[in-house]
Amino acid sequence: MNIRVDWRASVSLVGTVVKYLAVALLLPLATAVWYGDGLVTFGASILVAVALGTAMERLDADPDLGAREGFLMVGLTWLAVAVVGAVPYLIAGEGSVAVPTAALFESMSGFTTTGATVMADISFDTHSRALLLWRQQTQWLGGMGIVVLAVAILPELSVGGAQLMDAEAPGPGIEKLTPRIAETARVLWLVYLGFTVVEFFLLYGLHLAGYAPEMTFYNAVAHPLTTMPTGGFSPEARSIEAFSAVVQWVIIPFMVAAGTNFALFWHVLRGETSNLFGDSEFRTYAGAIGVVSAVGAALLFVGPNLVGQGNPFPVAGDLEASLRHATFQAVSIVTTTGYASMDFEVWSGPAQYVLVFAMFIGGSAGSTGGGIKIVRWLVIVKSIRRELFTTVHPEAVRPVRLGGRALDERALRGIYAFTLLYFALFLVGALLLAVDAARVGLDLAVIEAVTASAATLGNIGPGLGMVGPMGSYLDFPATSKLLMVGLMWVGRLEIIPVLVLLTSGYWRS
Amino acid sequence: MRVIVIGAGEVGSSIAASLSESHDVVVVDQDPERVESLTYDLDVLAVEGDGTSLETLEEVRVTDADMLIASTDIDETNIVACATAKTLGDVFTIARVKKTSLLRTWERSKGVFGVDFMVSVNLQTAESIVRIAGLPGAQDVDTFADGTVRMAEFGIDPDSPIADQTVKEADRFESLTFAAILRDDDVTIPTGDTVIEAGDRVVVIGSPESVRGFAASLTPNTTLHEANEVVIVGGGEIGYQTARLFEERGVAPRLVEHDPDRARELAEDLPGTVVLESDATDREFLDREHVDEADLVVATLDSDEKNLLVSLLASRIGCARTVAVVNTGEYVDLFEAVGVDVAVNPREVTAEEITRFTHEEGTENVAIIEGDRAEVLEVEVDEESVLRDATIREAAAEFPEGVVVGAITRDGEFVTPRGDTVVHQGDHVIVFVEAEVLDEVASLL
Repeated sequence: MNIRVDWRASVSLVGTVVKYLAVALLLPLATAVWYGDGLVTFGASILVAVALGTAMERLDADPDLGAREGFLMVGLTWLAVAVVGAVPYLIAGEGSVAVPTAALFESMSGFTTTGATVMADISFDTHSRALLLWRQQTQWLGGMGIVVLAVAILPELSVGGAQLMDAEAPGPGIEKLTPRIAETARVLWLVYLGFTVVEFFLLYGLHLAGYAPEMTFYNAVAHPLTTMPTGGFSPEARSIEAFSAVVQWVIIPFMVAAGTNFALFWHVLRGETSNLFGDSEFRTYAGAIGVVSAVGAALLFVGPNLVGQGNPFPVAGDLEASLRHATFQAVSIVTTTGYASMDFEVWSGPAQYVLVFAMFIGGSAGSTGGGIKIVRWLVIVKSIRRELFTTVHPEAVRPVRLGGRALDERALRGIYAFTLLYFALFLVGALLLAVDAARVGLDLAVIEAVTASAATLGNIGPGLGMVGPMGSYLDFPATSKLLMVGLMWVGRLEIIPVLVLLTSGYWRS
Repeated sequence: MRVIVIGAGEVGSSIAASLSESHDVVVVDQDPERVESLTYDLDVLAVEGDGTSLETLEEVRVTDADMLIASTDIDETNIVACATAKTLGDVFTIARVKKTSLLRTWERSKGVFGVDFMVSVNLQTAESIVRIAGLPGAQDVDTFADGTVRMAEFGIDPDSPIADQTVKEADRFESLTFAAILRDDDVTIPTGDTVIEAGDRVVVIGSPESVRGFAASLTPNTTLHEANEVVIVGGGEIGYQTARLFEERGVAPRLVEHDPDRARELAEDLPGTVVLESDATDREFLDREHVDEADLVVATLDSDEKNLLVSLLASRIGCARTVAVVNTGEYVDLFEAVGVDVAVNPREVTAEEITRFTHEEGTENVAIIEGDRAEVLEVEVDEESVLRDATIREAAAEFPEGVVVGAITRDGEFVTPRGDTVVHQGDHVIVFVEAEVLDEVASLL
């Protein structure tokens, strides 16, 4: 076979990214020094990252990145960082993640901001603070995008940068905010960093003011790191349920912001606020959150009293609590964050199904959220309306418009293809998980297989049943874990950039 | 006045012809055959040359000219010609453009490109079509005094309710003046006893409400409201602008365009319009789209023949009203004679615009009636006007035959002119004037 893709160039650049991952490992190393726990783990991990990265870089001294090499580089980058990110879990040897498949799962779940965990016991008793911080940090790095970060700081990526970002960024197409793509990438990362810092100060401020006793300095650092990337990992086993109501309210707007197109914030910062509220995707996004929250709150308010089912917080009949939990959960699932303000396993059936429905909405394009994305639904609904119209008027020429701009028919086809593929992968994933569970004799309910597939492909995190917000993915067989690693990877890169690597046409002429 | 016209195409020749009667006209064109034929056809000086070159402009003594009208088919050439002329001297420049975007630029900063006045033929034509569409039965509509006054021309059918009535009987509207009756080739200034006959055309001037009320009284069968179901055939610049203007007025028109790429382009630019990619002469298509139920079909295709065909087809299947764009001026009457309700000639529209600037100072607006048989002028009354501090009756004694004061506006308010109405300085008067006495009246006003 005559390979027409300069794979050495791609691998070499992936090596550069892996090498720089060592820099990111310095933060947990410092934490390890501070708490006196996990020093060897991170010291060794840094060595692995540098050695592996340098070795890969050697493949091509002067990598020249073309369009095809770009796809390969983006796809491989995410695999490589997940593999390297798994190293600390293995070296630490703490608890259930010290197994290769589990470590890879946890790492991929982190970088793809899925938030699905295989940790049996999330506590400082089992895991060092440094390791748990690394787990938070993988999400933060993955949120705005490893490749976007690479484009922002690596000059050798500036030329093909737009294409690389396009392959990685959530949603169809990217918006160049500035003439230089590296500048755009930096702007996005700065907005992202800004939100993270603001959230830290708010949370820690609440702690210092006495409104959030559990929100210690460590927690106040850890949670913004997983809110802004819509990740959902928490160093607390009970997730956000561990914190006071006011903390839960504070986190909601940050999740909403994380699921919003970051380019809009840039416009807002420049004083163009009308861009935010005039944006049709943002309005639909806000509307979707509002509807899901309202329906959820109504169901919780009138629903069966959950106290009897072992939940310490009464929700039914309590307006503030039902509003808070419904809104928190709606925002958490729509934005694909995956935090839980309470175990929604105890919710009534209809309320739970509202959440399952919300899993397929997704965040906005250009946000850190996963899923199908609001903008695609908007376009699909408009396309359907056009189909109905052209049935009556066969000669009508009717472009699908988004915010006044007519969309290219090719872009539309891309959106149909993505959505169809998404559902196909989701169904195949659910089926394979069910088959694999049956193979090893694991008792997996249909809703568990379905939500596990949806939650990993959509980078959401929690599903229902065994994989619920307080549960874990630990009980799945290793083969299922690998399948879900694949789903997370494909889901984060929005399917097509990964699937294209599997076609023979990509590799040959 | 010495006027230089660049471009001896249809528009240029037409402008030259209409100006040649009272002005010295020099026409510049690159085509020697056109230059030669103009030399013999019109009483103008035709020069062969490039209107954008200094040499040619110096040769036609642009510095001595009062006005330069650039009217070639190429927008950019017209603009460059104006700019070049400005480098030589202070001549008033008029550029004819097709692209509306250029007009928008010019409107943002008047005088840019060295152009003192810009006329977008297509936009003017589209505006004219939309104005006519707003008035059922009208064959020509113009507005004056910022929309306070409207002039309209109506054809009178044998079954019209005012056929065989006297003007006194027909005039049931407070602020409406019957300015003229056009019968065959004559222009009659009506008195109360003049009988309106079938086949006449009446020109009325009044407030928009009264003109609309009059229009409604003429066509009681059709809708009293404005056209709501509009089908535009042809997606050229005129069709596009017409659709856009209808959109602005809250009407969602349908636009038929044959070319797929152009149809897509139009659909992208016109969010409020349903663009249909089809041949408008396809009967099945017309049936499927219920064009027979349309209030108005506007044909804006490039070819006069196709516009005629489309209009006739549309009215045959039952469409209420048809408007066709006719590029050949001589066909206007023919089109209306064979059944097209309104024929709009873009060159006439352009000429109207340009004629404004050849009038005496003080003239705000001009409408040309029936080719050039008469004009309706809007004039602001100044110190020297015979109308100043005079009643209409007194002033009328000074005017020759063939003049009607149709409306007066004072501080933006409509004033119905009666014999004893006194006109003040600063008032705007809208006057109907027959062509023969135009120059004489213009000096009195």
